[in-house]
Amino acid sequence: MKDFLRRFARNKAAIGGVVILLVVIALALLAPVLYPDSPWDMVAEPFLVPGADRAHPLGSDMMGRDLAAGIFHGARVSLVIGIVATLVALAVGVTIGAIAGYYGGWVDNALMRVTELFQTIPAFIFAIVLVSIFQPSVTSIVLAIGTVSWPPVARLTRSEFLTLRSREFVQACITIGMGDLRIIVLHVLPNALAPIIVTGSLMVATAILTEAGLAFLGLGDPNVMSWGTIIGAGRDVLRTAAYVTAIPGIAILLTVLALNLVGEGLNDALNPKLKNR
Amino acid sequence: MPRVVRYLAWRLLQAIPIVAGIAVFNFMLLQFAPGDAADVLAGEAGGATPEYIAQLKARFGLDQPVPVQLGKYLWNVARLDLGFSFRHNMPVVDLILSRLPATLLLMGAAIVLAFSLGVLLGVTAARHVNRPLDTIISVGALLAYATPIFWIGLMMILLFSVQLGWLPSSGMRTIGADLTGLGYVIDIARHLVLPATALSLFFMALYTRLMRASMLEVYSLDYVTTARAKGLTERRVAFKHVLRNALLPMVTMLGLQIGSMLGGSVLVETVFGWPGLGRLAFEAVFQRDNNLLLGILLLSSVLVVFINVVIDLTYARLDPRIEVG
Repeated sequence: MKDFLRRFARNKAAIGGVVILLVVIALALLAPVLYPDSPWDMVAEPFLVPGADRAHPLGSDMMGRDLAAGIFHGARVSLVIGIVATLVALAVGVTIGAIAGYYGGWVDNALMRVTELFQTIPAFIFAIVLVSIFQPSVTSIVLAIGTVSWPPVARLTRSEFLTLRSREFVQACITIGMGDLRIIVLHVLPNALAPIIVTGSLMVATAILTEAGLAFLGLGDPNVMSWGTIIGAGRDVLRTAAYVTAIPGIAILLTVLALNLVGEGLNDALNPKLKNR
Repeated sequence: MPRVVRYLAWRLLQAIPIVAGIAVFNFMLLQFAPGDAADVLAGEAGGATPEYIAQLKARFGLDQPVPVQLGKYLWNVARLDLGFSFRHNMPVVDLILSRLPATLLLMGAAIVLAFSLGVLLGVTAARHVNRPLDTIISVGALLAYATPIFWIGLMMILLFSVQLGWLPSSGMRTIGADLTGLGYVIDIARHLVLPATALSLFFMALYTRLMRASMLEVYSLDYVTTARAKGLTERRVAFKHVLRNALLPMVTMLGLQIGSMLGGSVLVETVFGWPGLGRLAFEAVFQRDNNLLLGILLLSSVLVVFINVVIDLTYARLDPRIEVG
């Protein structure tokens, strides 16, 4: 663990990612403190250019809504949806992959067929269909993103389990009569965790991009303000007030970049031999 | 040749359960969707008597037990009958096929762009590993990899259409220009530049990173040391010896990314008003046209299966050790 932290801390890019991520988390936590009112409220004159009014540092959109409030509240939406959707995908993927890899045989075969099926369907279009049929809400968006992103986790977990399954310590567990569930959860899973964590951190980034894309298409939860929603609305005034579109886009870019850097940093620190690849 | 044909037939046979599985899934989603076709039609007409709705339900077979409906649905899918889009007043299949060429053109252009530039940048970065050129390429790839595809599209419109006025910002051809021959092709190409570039950026970044990693891995193999030891130039080692083997994982990745590119094209087509499948999906969402939406989902999955078969054939050509069949 100490080695791991030292290796991670030596990676400047990963530390940069952590710093950006902490800023985004701070935005999300401070949103209800600094902007207790709804970000949908019209609080300023419309089309206030960033920097023109100190009360609204990022300016306002065509309806006079404070862009800074939107960015703060959007950070909350992006992080919550990104993280919860990833947890859903991890729960489904790890369960399916663990069962398939541990039991093998026809169980493995059947589960991998299902995984293949889900992997064939284009993920983003699938997410659009799910959210649009079940009506856009934070819950439906989280479940849709979880539904379309678990297959790679299942494949990864399965391959880890397949190799661990035949190792001696697992055989020893079976010999002393330990139950399958206990072996899977307490003995095999901890050894397979490192690559799953790396994948998870990168999946949060993808989930945030997917959420932004859905919101941009108008499939965001109508009750919360997401960065994608602001871009979707700002698109109509692109020619006259480009900053309405530009600012939330930069927020998404930085957040996704930070998560990718952290994920890669974790990967390098957990597999030091692969460094510099 | 017959071997390839046999392989193709076998692969397509394998695809049947996948397509059937997606069809069953589609049917389940339709069952979950609030309101069926009869309700939608009745709503369109601005209200209807219960008798009329019952009559409509009977006409669409919606009054029958669910398993019977499922059987009928699967039979229809097998005959490529995906239902009727009441909004466009057209069978769903015809509608999708009429929009497919535009999407294939966009995706084809984006794949060629992403793949060729990705390989070029990846090879360049690997040949200059840990030197300034590598750093510039890697940072650029890292940024492009994190950029929302629809946002970069809007920013490109802002720069190249609004500010500089170089390229058209939307559509596929100039309306009312009535061009023929070369002029027609150039007109479409001019409209294609921005959407294809926007769609390809993310994938270009992905291929650059993968190509760099793959090249570095092959560089460490013994046969490369041998090639250098016989006095070959670095350029020859890179392009003749390393590149070909390093390309293999790229081809695999290409197959894996087709679905994700189809998803990206929904966003890009919406941004640029490109009249393809993605734009159609966007319209279907807003017109609450579930038949059309599920038809697009099914056919885009079939497209993914089909393109992957083509990629497998390419793979066998690249690496003679892999045999088809």
